[in-house]
Amino acid sequence: MMRFIHRLASPKYFYDVAGRIVPWAGWGALILILVGAYWGLVEAPADYQQGDSFRIIYVHVPAAWMSLFIYVVMAAAGAIGLVWRIKLAEIIAIASAPIGASFTFLALVTGSLWGKPMWGTWWVWDARLTSELILLFLYLGVMALYGAVEDKRMASRAAAILAIVGVVNIPIIHYSVEWWNTLHQGPTVTKLDKPSIAPEMLWPLLIMAVGFQLYYVATVLMRARVELLERERNSRWVQELVQPR
Amino acid sequence: MSFQEFLHMGGYAAYVWTSYALALVVLIANVVQPLLQRRRLFAALARKRRRSARN
Repeated sequence: MMRFIHRLASPKYFYDVAGRIVPWAGWGALILILVGAYWGLVEAPADYQQGDSFRIIYVHVPAAWMSLFIYVVMAAAGAIGLVWRIKLAEIIAIASAPIGASFTFLALVTGSLWGKPMWGTWWVWDARLTSELILLFLYLGVMALYGAVEDKRMASRAAAILAIVGVVNIPIIHYSVEWWNTLHQGPTVTKLDKPSIAPEMLWPLLIMAVGFQLYYVATVLMRARVELLERERNSRWVQELVQPR
Repeated sequence: MSFQEFLHMGGYAAYVWTSYALALVVLIANVVQPLLQRRRLFAALARKRRRSARN
């Protein structure tokens, strides 16, 4: 096991293994997202209160879940990179940032598009919406900080510290609908014993969520591979990859 | 359900279809961007190699 971890930490080995995982995760994500979208848009019945507008849930909720999940991965990878100086952890952390930012953006915009017909407003400064907006700024801050420092190892350390400090926002987002009186509805799915959502509406949501997870695996590895090549551009294995003898 | 009704989304067409279109754009962008970056990097490395071969 330790030997496996040690080998995985070697850049060339990681590059090859990641390259083999990408197509599997990518095609799996595509299939699941297509199935989930078809099921959610066509098969699932309209909501008795919200009509067809509730179908936004199949983009909004998985995107919001991913925005939190990716942040935790980014901060954890950043912490591992910070403590043990593992280059690959630094790379996973920084590769996660733009994907997480785009899911956060998607959650905010689709939430807005859902809020307009249902609440009558595009935006309210309530706890859930505001804390999710702060999450977007945290992602953008991590990316900007990383980009601003020339030395990439130093940049990773600075970005990791910001990411770790920002973790405090994650429970705030999650519990915001319980701690404060928000316009945003409370949790309906994560009440594990008995979700208050009909199964024929829930299934496409779960499929979509797994699809988004696989999508993240595929895209974070794609980004990590490129980032790795950039950092190792002067090493022998990259030279040979660019122009094999 | 007819195709017309499907497109109409019970009157919420603008909101529902904009959401899904944006999701599509975001999902595609995150795949295309690393591909482009990779191509740029390979081109830059190849240029550098040619330069150093000439000297």
